[in-house]
Amino acid sequence: MLIDRKSRFLTREEMIGFAILAVVIFLVLPLALDTFRLNLFGKYLTYAFVAVGLVLCWGAGGILSLGQGVFFGLGGYGMAMFLKLEASTPEATAIQSTPGIPDFMDWNQLTALPWWWEPFHSLAFTMIAVVIVPVAVAFIIGVAMFRRRVGGVYFAIITQALAAILTILIIGQQGFTGGLNGITDLRTLKGWDIRSDEAKEILYFVNGALLFACLFVAQYVRRSKLGRLLIAMRDQEDRVRFSGYDVASFKVFVFCLGAAFAGIGGAMFTLQVGFMSPTLVGIVPSIEMVIFAAVGGRLSIIGAVYGTLLVNWAKTTFSESFPELWLFGLGALFIAVVMAFPNGLAGLWSEQIMPRLRKRTGGGNGAPASPAPVAGLSEVRKAAAE
Amino acid sequence: MTNVNPNFVLMVEDLTVSFDGFKAVNGLSFEVEPNECRVMIGPNGAGKTTVLDLICGRTRATSGSVRFKGKELLTMREDQIVLAGVGRKFQTPSVYEDLSVFENLELSYPRGHSVFGSLFFRRDAEVKTRIAEIAETIFLADLLDEKAAFLSHGQKQWLEIGMLLIQDPELLMLDEPVAGMSVAERKKTAELLNRIIDHRSVIVIEHDMGFVEDIATRVTVLHQGQTLSEGSMERVKNDPKVIEVYLGH
Repeated sequence: MLIDRKSRFLTREEMIGFAILAVVIFLVLPLALDTFRLNLFGKYLTYAFVAVGLVLCWGAGGILSLGQGVFFGLGGYGMAMFLKLEASTPEATAIQSTPGIPDFMDWNQLTALPWWWEPFHSLAFTMIAVVIVPVAVAFIIGVAMFRRRVGGVYFAIITQALAAILTILIIGQQGFTGGLNGITDLRTLKGWDIRSDEAKEILYFVNGALLFACLFVAQYVRRSKLGRLLIAMRDQEDRVRFSGYDVASFKVFVFCLGAAFAGIGGAMFTLQVGFMSPTLVGIVPSIEMVIFAAVGGRLSIIGAVYGTLLVNWAKTTFSESFPELWLFGLGALFIAVVMAFPNGLAGLWSEQIMPRLRKRTGGGNGAPASPAPVAGLSEVRKAAAE
Repeated sequence: MTNVNPNFVLMVEDLTVSFDGFKAVNGLSFEVEPNECRVMIGPNGAGKTTVLDLICGRTRATSGSVRFKGKELLTMREDQIVLAGVGRKFQTPSVYEDLSVFENLELSYPRGHSVFGSLFFRRDAEVKTRIAEIAETIFLADLLDEKAAFLSHGQKQWLEIGMLLIQDPELLMLDEPVAGMSVAERKKTAELLNRIIDHRSVIVIEHDMGFVEDIATRVTVLHQGQTLSEGSMERVKNDPKVIEVYLGH
């Protein structure tokens, strides 16, 4: 067995995985689906940004956040504010008592644009804010929690509470946020109509490209020493600390990275779907996003993308035919993942399907299915070297 | 400070920690000289592990002072203490089970300890050579690509010792390094430790008297969080107080 310990960016198997995903996203789906369905899948893929972030935080780092909807929402609202301002020109809003401000503000008797809305006139500012605002919020939460060594279930509960708080805040501050309805009736991006079929297709590809950029960043982090440290921290936090690492700052970093991904996803959601509302911020969507990652396999960034697509496709399909049964289905799915295949789709693939394929093709001596609950990077690399 | 003796690597003064009124360590003072191997013995509950926890910052002291080369450790964070040059091995082997032996050692290599340092850490020839060297020392050269989870208990202990060695600390603290080892492993470990302690200061907690006699420069006997006796093994062994509370039964 020849093993070189070069830390390669992608092993052969990972490379194939990325290539297949690229074919699915950039070829199969656009060719197979009409614009309406493609736009729907584009929407699903925006959740995949969050799921990929969760793979890093939760799968690799053991930090389970049940409040990723907060970051998705912050990114989404940032983009929605820009688009809403563009849609609220004085000419378009001439019938309002205060023309030139978003319609919901006018309905709520606001007579001027709040100061913190002003910078969102600028697309450049918005594009930065979509990433920076979620990261800043994650940084504050992360420092406050991880410095005090709050972790595990407590961290999950606090993030859950945050999701609830932000939802209540958005709904309560109707005049500033659009309330329960969210920010709707978004039309153009720098004069370009985002509601046309052509725009939807272009946005789908932009979304796919951004998702791949995030996947590559995530892959880089996993392959770096930082990625191995996250795994080490998950198992032996104290040992990492006593090897001279400031554990809290690593957790803050990965939590912020997850938030950045979620923010980008949120912004792309707004662009593709044409609105943003608190129903995408709260507890339920936050938990659903964890389920996407769990179904796909919380240790696999590519698995997370498939998990997201699969669960959302199932959700759409089932709730079209049996709307009242879907939530039970989702619950059952989650239980099935936890009980039967804890490593999700990616686990099924690497533990069940790959070894069989390998046996059939006679490729080497067949790496044994990993017995441990975690398919470590070392193992993947070993398998590739054989 | 006037009473800082630069000749001491570690100066512990009047160290006290109280857990809800129970003083696990009570007014303890001792010094460790360069290249000294200090062994701490004492009955269960004497506070030996707590002393190590206090020095490395895992437990916060109630009062007192711990100075390492003149630097106060009690106000520092664990990772800062480690980077200052204090290494700690835990009682139960704590290695990263999901990572390979190589990766375990690599994470302990003293470079790239910040977030971005580790993000852009390169596994260069220097790192690989050093890891190979250490692996040779700790008898794991053939197992570099093995997952740590698959190592035997003794091998895990060696790996953890190796992880400390690669840090190259000036002060090494070992908590029962031969506990739970087979006779053969114990012998190899004693040989390993003898080589390691050659050019650094070490504090060892150990129950195995034969092993203690083998490695100790000086012995401190702890009892109820205080020093019962201190000196050479010979002296301590014949101290009637020590015989009564510890060695006698």
